[in-house]
Amino acid sequence: MKATRDEVRIGFYVCHCGHNIAALVDCPAVARYVGTLPGVVLSRDYKYMCSDPGQELIQQDIREHRLNRVVVASCSPLLHEHTFRSAVEAGGLNPFYFHMVNIREHDSWVHTDRILATEKAKALARAAIERVAHHKPLEIKKVPIHPDVLVVGGGIAGIHAALTLANAGKKVYLVEREPSIGGHMARFDKTFPTLDCAACILTPKMSEVGSHPNITLWTYSEVVKVDGYVGNYTVQVKRKARYIHEDLCTGCQDCIANCVYKEPKFADEFNEGLGKRKPVFIPFPQATPQVVLIDPEVCLNFKRNKNPDGTPVVSDKCKKTCVEACGERGAIDFTQKDELREIRVGTIIVCTGFQTFDARRVPAYGYGIYPNVYTALEIERLVNASGPTGGEVVLRGPKNPDGTPRKPRSIGIIHCVGSRDKKTNLWCSRVCCMYSMKLAHLLKEHTGAEIYNFYIDIRTPGKGYEEFYNKLLEEGTHFIRGRVGEVTDWAMTPEEEGKLVIRVEDTLAGVVRRIPVDMVVLATGLEPRADAAEVRRLFNMSCGGDGWFLERHPKLAPVNTFTDGVFLAGCCQGPKDIPDTVAQAGAAAAEALALIDRGYVEQEPNTAHILDNECSGCKSCIPLCPYTAILFDETRQKAYINEALCKGCGTCVGSCPSGSIVQNLFEDEEIFSEIRGVLAYD
Amino acid sequence: MKYAYFPGCSLKGTGRAYEESLLPVLRHLGVEVQEIEDWNCCGATAYMAVDEGKACAAAARNLALAERTGLRQMLAPCSACYLVLNKAQHYLNEYPAMRRVVTRALDSVGLQCRGDTAVRHPLDVLLHDVGLDAIKQKVTRPLTGLKVAPYYGCQIVRPYATFDDQANPESMDKLLAALGATVVRWPLKTKCCGGSLTGTLPEAGLRLSYILLKEALKRGADVIATVCPLCQFNLDSYHAKIAARWEPVRIPTVYFSQLMGLAFGLPAEQTVLHRGMVPLRFEPAPAAHA
Repeated sequence: MKATRDEVRIGFYVCHCGHNIAALVDCPAVARYVGTLPGVVLSRDYKYMCSDPGQELIQQDIREHRLNRVVVASCSPLLHEHTFRSAVEAGGLNPFYFHMVNIREHDSWVHTDRILATEKAKALARAAIERVAHHKPLEIKKVPIHPDVLVVGGGIAGIHAALTLANAGKKVYLVEREPSIGGHMARFDKTFPTLDCAACILTPKMSEVGSHPNITLWTYSEVVKVDGYVGNYTVQVKRKARYIHEDLCTGCQDCIANCVYKEPKFADEFNEGLGKRKPVFIPFPQATPQVVLIDPEVCLNFKRNKNPDGTPVVSDKCKKTCVEACGERGAIDFTQKDELREIRVGTIIVCTGFQTFDARRVPAYGYGIYPNVYTALEIERLVNASGPTGGEVVLRGPKNPDGTPRKPRSIGIIHCVGSRDKKTNLWCSRVCCMYSMKLAHLLKEHTGAEIYNFYIDIRTPGKGYEEFYNKLLEEGTHFIRGRVGEVTDWAMTPEEEGKLVIRVEDTLAGVVRRIPVDMVVLATGLEPRADAAEVRRLFNMSCGGDGWFLERHPKLAPVNTFTDGVFLAGCCQGPKDIPDTVAQAGAAAAEALALIDRGYVEQEPNTAHILDNECSGCKSCIPLCPYTAILFDETRQKAYINEALCKGCGTCVGSCPSGSIVQNLFEDEEIFSEIRGVLAYD
Repeated sequence: MKYAYFPGCSLKGTGRAYEESLLPVLRHLGVEVQEIEDWNCCGATAYMAVDEGKACAAAARNLALAERTGLRQMLAPCSACYLVLNKAQHYLNEYPAMRRVVTRALDSVGLQCRGDTAVRHPLDVLLHDVGLDAIKQKVTRPLTGLKVAPYYGCQIVRPYATFDDQANPESMDKLLAALGATVVRWPLKTKCCGGSLTGTLPEAGLRLSYILLKEALKRGADVIATVCPLCQFNLDSYHAKIAARWEPVRIPTVYFSQLMGLAFGLPAEQTVLHRGMVPLRFEPAPAAHA
């Protein structure tokens, strides 16, 4: 069907959206006004256009009134453009003869004056009426989806997502920055509220990942570049040099035993620096993969001065007893370099996790000043049987006169460190109340000490969580409501000498209290990783003002991002506990599967194309395209656009010196008539 | 470097040792100051609590006078003045209603206040404009062996922590270390000295001063260095009463500027250590290379 301006027959519908729009916009008045505009053959207002009767109304009108254009003024096109396009198509029109006007988010929700808001709605409607007359029929293209999936981050979220997909028969690349998968969960001792051992429930899943035929596991690796679009991503992954050939290393750890350092000497990252490791090490006993790595920062076989590009220089000064121990296996290779690998995937699940709040940012709590102030993560390692002290809770500070380490007889746990605070992070980190109570229970079990919890509110919204709180109350743990003012070492009484004094306003008793303890545990909150902004750009995601990655809809699209084919799971989207993380990872895997199993994606036809006769071949558009969608035909000396890659951003359209690039749905006459429509309204 | 100078009432009265020691030190470092003509009381914290509008207008008059000098920056050594002038500045720029009240009041005496003068504390100027290196170069008699407890008080870091950390300020620590002194680590840096409670509610006020003095002694300090005339007054003047109520905790409390003068080798009439009730007895030796 080819419609010229003369034959245009527009149907216009203004939606009340219950009171959402009708409260601020006089919808019948808008309908009456639009009804007088040229080309409009029918103009209605209706309570809910998105309802089934609303959609049927459009279809019926198209048939009865021979409409060939439809405009709906309602909410954001993000929500219902698809709904109305489908309705128009069901009525027998090309779906792109439809145009949508946003008079809710852009009008009724942001204004307070009913008369002015109504006038604005009329102006916006007029612009759409002018524009839609120039619309052309367009076709949605189908592009096949590559069935492989990239999962970024090997914490519990990434592990669960990868296993779900792999068990469904999909090939998965799991890329993890650290030398082993496991994430934060691998460092926890027990999990709340059931107190089952974190390692016992996590490590079987870790080894399943390691041995799964459908999972390619790349640890000590980072995604450095992502190109392409939903269904067809090309991803570059940097595999950092670990100076060990993963395929040759059997995990026997003879090299560690035979390192020239007889005793471990360097701060052990996995144990939060509470323990020590050697230059050649494996992060923890159940690490997956069971492959060692060498830290060139401290290994004697590397020079302390690096190359100008930051890569380490081999000194060959060491006796290399590790190489001797490795023997015929020959897994150690000091000349290994970082390596770039390129993979093709159709969908990506981002599970990059969180970092804990740096307790030094609240100097009043004394972390880094008083040795006996700990972070919660340190305590997780300290109570763990495979931790640096074998599960014995001893103090970091001065030892007993006989040289044995002191054990705490009283412990204060301060909640909300770096959470719910205008000076640091505004949000509730959701897990701290529960993990604080878990640690209170474990510390009491390990030491028999008096335990004080200092809280603002106890938040236990989860299955069995409130019951756990009650259990703690019955165990005799003290709960004091009030945000702690400071942790200090100035004593006012002999009992306070040599102790850490917690100063707090007890808001239930209405008094300021000083509570002397041997050990302070800071329940540090969760925050976005320091490099979250870079990761966000890499995968073309959005983030909220707080820095967490943004889901497409907070309720109805919680694992989708604004980039099709990129999904989110776990704490990179916001603080959450293990059950929620696993549920979200499963949901993300299911969303990816839904795309893959459909086999294709539909592509919006709002792409650009080049008018062959007018292109001068100046190539100025080519470097500007963010999606490398513009190519150059050398024989004809003309540029052309790969529509599969074009995302419709319009950059090339605006920059072409000869005006020879045209973008569907944004052609000059469409834009100019839209502007004319707004301006003509008075 | 030239600054409009707002001494405030204390520096002309009980806190004169602060002005008498600070001005020579600044001169010695090449910092010029020009005292604002016809300045008035800043209102201190008390007036703000009684009538914010009038208090703000009184403080803003000084800002207006400072603007008239053409200098963009203003030095306010007294903690209360520093806080109140900063607060008035904030109020003017953040609350249009307050600006209207103040503008009307100033208008009646032919003054205008743009509200864009930077109100600076001497510690801020010394660390960030002069710099520790320049200060170190002037040290001829390093305070080697002198153990100093740095005491900041409340007002220069709360509520506006403009140049230092709110809970754990360190600018004076760095300055004292540059003078060669040993800085005693004590966690009471910003704990209240009792303020004006020492006069109105002595039992509560003196107790707070007592805690500070006791803890400084316990941590082996020879002297407390302060930035605030009221803190200095409270910690220096009530030793007899504190001894009668609790126990003797005699330790001198001086201004950081007095210690700077001492380290720079300035004459006694410029370090004015004789003004303290509890005298500081410390004679720094000339530096080996000097």
